[in-house]
Amino acid sequence: MRLELQKRAGASTLFSILSPFIALVLTLVAGAIMFVILGKPPLASLYTYFVEPLSDPWAREQILVKATPLTLIAVGLAVCFRSGNWNIGAEGQYLIGGMFGAMIPVLFNDWNSPIVLPLILIMGMLGGALYGLIPAFLKSRFGTNEILTSLMLVYVAQQFVDWIVRGPWRNPQGMGFPGTKKFNESAILPSLWQHADAHYGAVIALVAAIGVWFMLAKTTKGFEVTVLGQSPRAGRFAGFSVKNMTIFAFLFSGAMAGLAGISEVSGSVEKLDDKLSLGYGFTAIIVAFLGRLNPLGIVAAALVLALSYIGGEAAQISLGVSDRAARVFQGLLLFFVLACDTLIHYRVRLLRTPKKLSGKTHQPHSPSQVDTAKAKVWNQVGHGN
Amino acid sequence: MVSTQHIDEPINAVPLLEARGITKIFGTLKANDNVDFAIQKSEIHALLGENGAGKSTLVKILFGSLQQNEGVVLWNGETVSVRSPSEARDLGIGMVFQHFSLFEALTVAENIALSFDANTPLDNIATRTRDLSQQYGLPLDPDAVVGDLSVGERQRVEIIRCLMQDPQLIILDEPTSVLTPQEADTLFETLFRLRDEGRSILYISHRLEEVQRLCSAATIMRHGKVVDACDPRQETAGSLASKMVGAEIDEVVHRESAATDKVVLQLNGLNMPSTHPFAVALKDINLTVNAGEVVGIAGIAGNGQGELFGAISGEDVSTNANAVVIDGHAVGLKNISERRKIGGAFVPEERLGHGAVPALALSDNMYLARHASDSGDFQSGGSLKVIAKNAIKNATKRVVEAMDVRKSAENPPAAALSGGNLQKFVVGRELDRKPVFLLVNQPTWGVDAGAAAHIRQALIDLAASGSAVLMISQDLDEIFEVADRIAVMADGRLSQPEPTARMSRERVGLLMSGAAENGEAA
Repeated sequence: MRLELQKRAGASTLFSILSPFIALVLTLVAGAIMFVILGKPPLASLYTYFVEPLSDPWAREQILVKATPLTLIAVGLAVCFRSGNWNIGAEGQYLIGGMFGAMIPVLFNDWNSPIVLPLILIMGMLGGALYGLIPAFLKSRFGTNEILTSLMLVYVAQQFVDWIVRGPWRNPQGMGFPGTKKFNESAILPSLWQHADAHYGAVIALVAAIGVWFMLAKTTKGFEVTVLGQSPRAGRFAGFSVKNMTIFAFLFSGAMAGLAGISEVSGSVEKLDDKLSLGYGFTAIIVAFLGRLNPLGIVAAALVLALSYIGGEAAQISLGVSDRAARVFQGLLLFFVLACDTLIHYRVRLLRTPKKLSGKTHQPHSPSQVDTAKAKVWNQVGHGN
Repeated sequence: MVSTQHIDEPINAVPLLEARGITKIFGTLKANDNVDFAIQKSEIHALLGENGAGKSTLVKILFGSLQQNEGVVLWNGETVSVRSPSEARDLGIGMVFQHFSLFEALTVAENIALSFDANTPLDNIATRTRDLSQQYGLPLDPDAVVGDLSVGERQRVEIIRCLMQDPQLIILDEPTSVLTPQEADTLFETLFRLRDEGRSILYISHRLEEVQRLCSAATIMRHGKVVDACDPRQETAGSLASKMVGAEIDEVVHRESAATDKVVLQLNGLNMPSTHPFAVALKDINLTVNAGEVVGIAGIAGNGQGELFGAISGEDVSTNANAVVIDGHAVGLKNISERRKIGGAFVPEERLGHGAVPALALSDNMYLARHASDSGDFQSGGSLKVIAKNAIKNATKRVVEAMDVRKSAENPPAAALSGGNLQKFVVGRELDRKPVFLLVNQPTWGVDAGAAAHIRQALIDLAASGSAVLMISQDLDEIFEVADRIAVMADGRLSQPEPTARMSRERVGLLMSGAAENGEAA
């Protein structure tokens, strides 16, 4: 018996809706198995992870706080991925965006003005966009692989931000701890309500998601993104430029990641420190795919992933499971989301295999001896069609 | 491992491979129609024919990649059924493809090992590679990384991989299209050596002088049928070419030309360097197309037609503004959208993936080609460029009705349409704009007869309404039926167009085989 994938005539609408949910269920099953192996009660553990945080107002607010940067980054990545460009370095653009935005409050700490806040948000976007431009330029000019360059630039950004908060920008009154001075009031994104951790970044994220949805679904730019992502040759025929799209996609997703960075810095931390890199830029990749690269789906997906962060913290306390378990969940989820997408284009069928011939020595002249393994390799090499 | 047992066969023995009455049908298209074909032992046999003549289909059937609907294949006089390439190889048939399938990051030996059992030691393969490459004069280092090799050397890897199986019949698909003349000479010596060992070679090529040099027999296909079998050494390049394009078929009676003296398209010394190893450079192309006429460009595939399409449409931008002039505008430096805005319309050879995005709906594919030229109707919201979906749907409906496009749903994805219907849509999409100038590449390629007639009539009507039409085609019947003047492309050069009435198929065949380069200015 073997499984065979048969290509469907067209994409299945049913499975394009169902596949993220199937992926979620499979993730939970795999998670339960993981808990059994760790010696924890599987159902209770899953409850701690995914249900308990929802019943607690503080935890619900934290979900909102974490979903904000995830949404902002993933919405940018959706544009990038749809256009066929693979920006894996959103984490770096997020960091550099946070740092760029912090420039004004750090260097002009006494500047109090209503234009400071919009200015630092713009600076944050600018920083992320410029940092995203590096892999885009390398790809369109020299044909480098953007996956590698954007990923490697994350580590550069991490070290750079780490250095700047320990060196030139360190708060002299900070008792030697890495981090800048606390921003003044006019450089801080206000809270959604009094004493809340949740800030207006959440509103910005929601508006951004709706705006990007409109762009992708309704405008010529969105059409260009889709066409170039699906068929660069037809895109050229339409008068669209693959290279310009690479630049645009990275500038755009970099700016969104930068905006996430500065809204995290200005809204949550209120200063730049060495703990800004929490992996949002990588988790956002999962969010983007779980949301089917649709900005509105991404909002929901960001809430799910934020839940796994908060649940992970709770599980650490009440179950004694390492916080790495939350990362395992996220990894499983991405794996299953991508795997389940297969169902959209393929039908899975169970087939009976003919008995395998036990050809030990290779005899190219015997017509009866069909070595299936060889045929398979041959097909993979491309001769089969 | 290489035996010479079959060298002393009598001349008129059973053919090594024989195909009888092979028929292969794709939808409504008979790609192979009752094809008879035989190759003797120790023979280099040419398979000649235009693109779409059915050569590839026949070869794929012989090599087991496709199954025939009717007919039998005989190997050494015995009926065999070849159900897969690996069965073909076990039988003793090897094939070297035009486009290589090698992993650039792996070494030569590793690439060759991929087509063997997993438990064949790599050292063994490296040794045999070295032996074979010396034996056949194809120097090759088994430890070299394929990414570092030239195109010619990569082909050697494919040939050695094929020879490893000790085949009795070797199929070569356009082997010299990627080789320098010197590399080709080396290859020919190898081929003669293989033949002298008693192996047979099926040689597919467009290059007629090569065929004459190498082959002692040729089978010529046209429109899915075998139209002739001859000894190419007894023929001239011109006579072979006219057999390929079918000189014996009755000439189409030509209609009255509607040509005016208003120049719409002008190419002035258009040059384009080739951008990749499989591309052809365009060399000093000069052409004018007037309002009201259809100019046809004939030529054997791969002589620069695709590159010419790119250069005229603006997919590839020239370095000289005056190289391409459309309706009085020098647009050599402008992109395809700018050229559309001044009345240019373009239909590429490939429908899916070039002229249309397969997964997108017809209305989206309408927008694909017309978002710039019809921005007034198809867009709103100023610089936001919001897509006016209703207007596009209406235009799509109009085209579907005008061209009689048959489809299964209201607005299906392009890939859901049959080739003929999608082609009617892709042509109709441009006609609906009433373009000043239309460039179309292979307007009826792989299209059923009804759709083809519809499309040809539409092109003639467009010209009659005062537009200029430039049609690139490999189908000579089509060219003679539709075109007022005919030019021929060979090796990136274009002959001066001559009125269809003064053109004969023989002359077109001569020009195709590149005779124009040797002294003839016309």
